[in-house]
Amino acid sequence: MLRVQGLLLVLALFFSLAAALVGCLALMKRMLLASDVISHLALPGIGIALLLRKSPILGGAATLFLGTFLVWRLQRKTGLATESAIGVIFATALAIGAAVIPNEDLAESLFGELGKISLVGFLLGMAAVALVIVSIALLRDQLSLSILSPDLAAATGVNVPRLDLRFLLIFSLTVLVGLRFMGALLASSLVIMPAATARQLADKLTNFVLVASAASLLSVIAGFLLNAFLFKFPTAGPTITMFSALLFGLSLLVRKRLS
Amino acid sequence: MTVEPLLSVTNLTVAFGNHAVIQGLSFKVNQGDGVAIIGPNGAGKTVLLKALLHLIAYRGEIRWSQATRLGYVPQKIVADRQLPLSARDFLAAKVRLLKLPSDELEQVSTELGLTTQLLDANIGILSGGQFQKVLIAFALLGRPNVLLVDEPTASLDELTEERIYELLQSLQKNRGMTILLVSHDLSVVYRNASLVLCLSKDKPCMGPPKKILTPAMLEELYSAPSLYYRHIHEHEWASPGAETTPEEKKC
Repeated sequence: MLRVQGLLLVLALFFSLAAALVGCLALMKRMLLASDVISHLALPGIGIALLLRKSPILGGAATLFLGTFLVWRLQRKTGLATESAIGVIFATALAIGAAVIPNEDLAESLFGELGKISLVGFLLGMAAVALVIVSIALLRDQLSLSILSPDLAAATGVNVPRLDLRFLLIFSLTVLVGLRFMGALLASSLVIMPAATARQLADKLTNFVLVASAASLLSVIAGFLLNAFLFKFPTAGPTITMFSALLFGLSLLVRKRLS
Repeated sequence: MTVEPLLSVTNLTVAFGNHAVIQGLSFKVNQGDGVAIIGPNGAGKTVLLKALLHLIAYRGEIRWSQATRLGYVPQKIVADRQLPLSARDFLAAKVRLLKLPSDELEQVSTELGLTTQLLDANIGILSGGQFQKVLIAFALLGRPNVLLVDEPTASLDELTEERIYELLQSLQKNRGMTILLVSHDLSVVYRNASLVLCLSKDKPCMGPPKKILTPAMLEELYSAPSLYYRHIHEHEWASPGAETTPEEKKC
């Protein structure tokens, strides 16, 4: 049991870094809330996998990535804003998820961890987190330019539609790892909260990323410890989220003092 | 021996759905030309620049000479104050992306008078003129020999506007750059451009400012008498030498 908790904590720590990086760029793209919604794209897959007695995380991954691709296509073909495209796909996914997930598993799918973590699951999670961190590091300049001006980015040689798809996939992969131990509803909290916290305290990109990463790591460590020794909820997700909300509140106070 | 033009556009058509914004446009630009692109709203000035940059789909042919390196200054970007990006972050992104020498950012910044303080400021708090200079610096990274500039002084005060145009002019003179500039300000066009390309659905035309910016042409182009034209050119206007032959006006 301790070993499982240990693996989960290690994965959570690395995940928190990946989530903070993705969150920084999502905040700049003004699509932070999209991460909350995108996590729900996993619900139909989780439901179908539970019905078929297959791995819920695999089922969730399948519909999550399918949904992400559909969001991108819908956006490209119709000119809908990302948030509108995500809204349409999200509502559909939520409806299908609610219909197919067995009642007894619904709460766990929304709030809890999807089964206990195995060594293979841990390694896959770590590989996904590494992929997210490396991809963001490689794409950060292209993403910064395309956020400021898609035309300017394109004139500098960036393939903006392809970049958008890559970012959405990285985004979904991050949320997928978060699903492992935070549940569908809270998977994205570490994407949203640390970036929002860092924005209160930093004006330059490097500082922004560093503060977000620190806030995310601190939330996971404090959340796990508080949950293990104080709250003792079935999963650490709610405690992590509440602690990161507390950091955000503090950042507002600090900002007020500085200005 | 004829010199190959830097840019050769033949029968260019750009359409959005069934609506053709530019139809059958042809013109040529030589190395070192300062071309002002004018026309009423909706005539396709920005669309033309985007087509020249291959940012949008078009029919016809756009041929740049092989040695061309393009720099692009887009129409005013409204920088989101929420973006945690400094001017240096923005410029450094291009330096890394194009794998340019690391000292190029400093060189271009010095050339344009961008101070360390300005470079380290968040782009959301820069004034319109400062941000426009940063955009020009961005375009100059990579040592382009052609600048495509889209209304660089929109919503700037007159003094700043004057400084931006002086800067563009010095780039053209000192670096021998070719500049294609979209502008609404006909007095600036008259003073700075060596060629004017006027976009109008019925009769696009190209030629030196003195030949193109005639009251008759402007009235035809903007469907209204152009008062400021008279202000600038009341002396030339009296001169019969300013008359334009139809041939010169043709694209």
